[in-house]
Amino acid sequence: MATYHLKINGKIRPVNVDPSTPMLWVLRDHLDLPGTKYGCGIAQCGACKVHVDGVAVPSCQLPVSAVGKQAITTIEGLSARGDHPVQKAWIEHDVAQCGYCQAGQIMTAAALLKQNPKPTDEDIDAAMSGNICRCGTYLLIKEAIKSAAKETAGSSTRK
Amino acid sequence: MTTDKTTHNRRSFLKASLLAGGGMMLSVSWLSSAKAADKLKALNVPEQWSQLNGYIQITATNLVKLICPNPEFGQNVMTSLPMMVAEELDVDWKGVVVEMGPHDNTKLGPQFTGGSNSVRMYWKPLREAGAAARQMLREAAAQSWGVPVDEVTTKAGVLRHASGKSAKYGEMASKAATLPVPKGTKLKAPKDFSIVRKSKKNVEGPKIVTGKPLFGLDYRAPGMLIAMIQHPPAFGMKLKSFDASQTLKMPGIKDVFSLKLYEDGFEQGGFDTRTFNDLLVVVGKTTWEVMNARKKLKVEWEPAGDTKDTMTGRGGKREVTVPGELESTSAQLEKMQEWSKKPAQQLRKDGDPETAFKNAAQVIERTYNAPFLAHNCMEPMNFFAHVTDEKALLVGPLQAPGWTEPTLVKRLGLPADKIEIQMTRMGGGFGRRAYGHYLIEAALISKRAKAPIKLIYTREDDMTYGIYRPMYTATYRAALDANKNLIGFHVKGGGIPEHAIHANRFPAGAVENYLAEGWEIPSNITIGAFRAPRSNFNAAAEQSFLDEVAEAMGKDPIEFRLELLKRAKEAPVGKNNEYDADRYAGVLTLVRDKSGWNKPGNEKYHRGVAAYFCHNSYAAHVVDMVTRDGQPYVERVFSAMDCGIVVNPDAATNMVQGAVVDGIGNAFYGSLTHKAGAAQQSNFHNYRLIRHNEAPKKIEVHFVENDLDPTGLGEPPFPPVFGAVANALYKTTGKRQYDQPFKSVLDKRI
Ligand code: FES
Ligand code: FES
Repeated sequence: MATYHLKINGKIRPVNVDPSTPMLWVLRDHLDLPGTKYGCGIAQCGACKVHVDGVAVPSCQLPVSAVGKQAITTIEGLSARGDHPVQKAWIEHDVAQCGYCQAGQIMTAAALLKQNPKPTDEDIDAAMSGNICRCGTYLLIKEAIKSAAKETAGSSTRK
Repeated sequence: MTTDKTTHNRRSFLKASLLAGGGMMLSVSWLSSAKAADKLKALNVPEQWSQLNGYIQITATNLVKLICPNPEFGQNVMTSLPMMVAEELDVDWKGVVVEMGPHDNTKLGPQFTGGSNSVRMYWKPLREAGAAARQMLREAAAQSWGVPVDEVTTKAGVLRHASGKSAKYGEMASKAATLPVPKGTKLKAPKDFSIVRKSKKNVEGPKIVTGKPLFGLDYRAPGMLIAMIQHPPAFGMKLKSFDASQTLKMPGIKDVFSLKLYEDGFEQGGFDTRTFNDLLVVVGKTTWEVMNARKKLKVEWEPAGDTKDTMTGRGGKREVTVPGELESTSAQLEKMQEWSKKPAQQLRKDGDPETAFKNAAQVIERTYNAPFLAHNCMEPMNFFAHVTDEKALLVGPLQAPGWTEPTLVKRLGLPADKIEIQMTRMGGGFGRRAYGHYLIEAALISKRAKAPIKLIYTREDDMTYGIYRPMYTATYRAALDANKNLIGFHVKGGGIPEHAIHANRFPAGAVENYLAEGWEIPSNITIGAFRAPRSNFNAAAEQSFLDEVAEAMGKDPIEFRLELLKRAKEAPVGKNNEYDADRYAGVLTLVRDKSGWNKPGNEKYHRGVAAYFCHNSYAAHVVDMVTRDGQPYVERVFSAMDCGIVVNPDAATNMVQGAVVDGIGNAFYGSLTHKAGAAQQSNFHNYRLIRHNEAPKKIEVHFVENDLDPTGLGEPPFPPVFGAVANALYKTTGKRQYDQPFKSVLDKRI
C-alpha cells in the first residue's frame, strides 16, 4: 500500500492503494468515479479510456504508481455541464444504444479532436479502432465526431 | 391512499396500491416519511405524486413521470415505451421525466426484455394506460368545472373547456387519482399520432455522455464487498478441493468458500442453468484485490462425469443426462457430420419430397456449419445482492426479473414479497441476461458472506462461462426438373445441443414438395438465446443456399425469391406458414428499389442480397462489397424493414445499423471453440469483434410505411446480414461460403 496524490479532474485526490492497482480500479473503487468503464482489462476495448495530460489512454493498463504528476481527466471531468462539443454532438446524433462503451468513445474522440481538429474518415478510423462498440454504433460515432469537429472549428474562428 | 416512503421502497408501495383483479385503480402517493421527503427535496423533487396508474405519476406542479416497465439494454425501451404512454396521455414530451420501474409483474406487465417483444407486447397496454389517465384527468376537470366531460379537451398537458376554463394536468392530478379507472377508452388512429413516429432522443443520453452511474457494475452500497467466482477450467469439470491459504493472506480479502448454485435434485426452470454448479468464491474489499487474490487459489478440479439435471417448465418435468465428456471443436464437427447422416425427427412434410428428388434432373446439396458464439456484452455479467434472514435486495442488469424470482424464492427460502429486484441499465444483453444464474450466485454469496456484495465476472469469466449460441449445421437440398423449376426442397439441420430449424418459415409454403428434419446432440456446454436465436443461423445458411439455387436456375436472386413468395401467397403449400408473403416480398422490393439493384451506377460493388422473417418482422439487406487493401470490405449496405409502425424512427435506424454492423462482425469473426472442454477464446485479443474501421461507410435504412401494430426490431435485421455478406463474398471471391465465420477469406489476400 502506498499513498498517492493524484490530479484528477482538476482536483488533488489522495488514495492509499497497492502501487500495481490500475487507474481504472482506482477511479471506480476508490474515488467513486464509475464513468470510466471496465470492458476487457487488457487494452483491447477502450471502454476505460481517460486523458492523461490530454492523451487518451486505457486506464486498465495504467498502474497508479506510474501516474505521478500527470493530470487525469475522466468522463466526469470532461466538461462542467456535459457540454463539451463531443458530448453535445453525441446527444445531437443520439449515438448511444446500451451506452456502456460511450464514455471511452467520447474520451478518445475528444483527445483526437484536440490533436487533430479536422480529422478525415481515415484519421477517425485510426484513432477510434481501439474502442469497441458491441452495439455497433460506429456510423453515428463517426458522424458525431465530424459534427463536433465542425463546432470546434466554428467556435475557434469566432474567437 | 398509500404511502411512497422512499424511492427504494417503490415495490411495496406499488404492491400496496394494487387492486383486486390486477386492474388499475388510482392511488395517490403522499410522502409521509420525513427522511424520504428530505431526500427528494435535496434532489429538487416535489413532495407529492399523484399516481394515475402503474405507468403515470403527476405532481401538482405539473411534473409528469412515466414509468418504463421493461429493462433497457440499448434497444431504446426507456424512450420508446414511455412515448407510447405520452401519445395517449397527450402531454408535452419535453416535460416528461422517465424512470425505470421496479420489478412488479402484476402492476407493470411481463417486464421481459427479449424476443424483440417489448414494443409489441406493450403497444396496447401502454397506450391504454395513457388514454385511461387522460380520461380521468378530463373527468376531474369536468367535475371541478361543472361541465360535461365530453366538452373537456386536452392539448399537450392542458385541459380546456369552451367557456375559457383551462388547467394544467398537475392541477387536476390529485382529484383524477381518486376517480375510477375507465374501461375501453378509445385509442388514437395512427394518423393522429403526434409523439409516436416522431424521433425522440434517448432519455438517458445526457447521463450516458457524462458518465453517470447507470449500470449494474456502477452500483455501490455502503459496506459493499466485491465477489468473484473461480469456475472450472473446462466444461465437464468440477471442483475437487481447494487451498485458499495464500489467497486469504492477500490484502483486502475477507473470505473464500465454495457453495452450490443449485442443490442436488433442484428443479430447473427454462432459464436456470447449472453450467458450473460449484461456486468457488473469493470475497474482498476491492475489485483489483479480489482479482489478484483469486489467482493465488490452489484448486484441484476433477471430471464431473455424466450428471443428471431435473428440468421443469416447457416440456414438463423430466430428468436430463448431461454428458461428462470434455468436448473439442474438431470432434464436435466430426460428430455432427456423422449425425447428419442418421435418420432425424421429421418437423414438416408437404407433398412427396422423396419422389421429387428421385425424379429431379438436378439436385443441389450444400452443408453449412456455424460455431458457438459468445454474447460478449460490453458490460460483463455482474449483480449486487444484499441478503439477510428477512429480506433480499438485488440490483443489476437483467432481462427478465420474473423468470429469476421463482428460483430466488426457492434458493433463499424467502417469500417473493421479501425479495426486491431493481433493474439497472444493461451494457448490452443480446439474450445473455435472460439467464439469471449470476443473480442467484450473487444472492447466495451475500447470504453466506453476511454482507452486501457485488459479484463481478471479469471478461475472461464472462467469455468462458457458456450460455453460448449453439453450434449448428444444416444440409439443404434443392430438386430442379429438366426445365430448371424448383420441384423439391429439403433441409436437415442439427446442432449441439439444439438444432436451428424453423420448419414453417420460408421457403416452406412456396415449394410443392418440402421436407424439414432436425436432430440434436447433447452436450455439457451451456447454450442460450443469442440475438435472434436459431434465425441467426438459418438466415445465413438458407439465404446463401437460395442464392446458389437461383444461380443454378439462371435467375436473379431477388426475382427468384419474389416468384416463390408469389406462389406462397396465391397458392400456399401446407399449413402453418408463419410469414406473410406480401410483407416478405415488400421488404425485398423496397431494398431492390432503394439499392438500385441491377441498375447502372453500382459496378464498383460486388452485391449480395438476403432477406428473412423472424420475431414477427421482415428484413432485407443488400450488401455492397469492395476489395480494400486486398481484403473484402462491406462499404455500403441498404436495409429494408417491415416492423409495422415505427415508434421512434431515429432510434430504430440506429438499431438496424447496429444489427448490420453486428452481423458483419459475427459473420467474419464470431467463433468460440473448445479444446478438451476449455473455451479457447477468453478476451478480445483472441475473440475478434468488429471495429470502427471495419464498419460500412454507409448503412441506408428504409422502413415499409404502414399502420400495422408495431413488431420487433432488435433481432430481425440481424440474421439476414450473414447471408447477404456470404453472397457478396461469392461475387467478390468466386467462392461460396459454407463455414462460419468467414475469416478464412480475410486471411487470404484477394
Ligand atoms: S478495459 Fe481497458 S481497454 Fe478494455
Ligand atoms: S453502445 Fe453498447 S457497446 Fe457501444
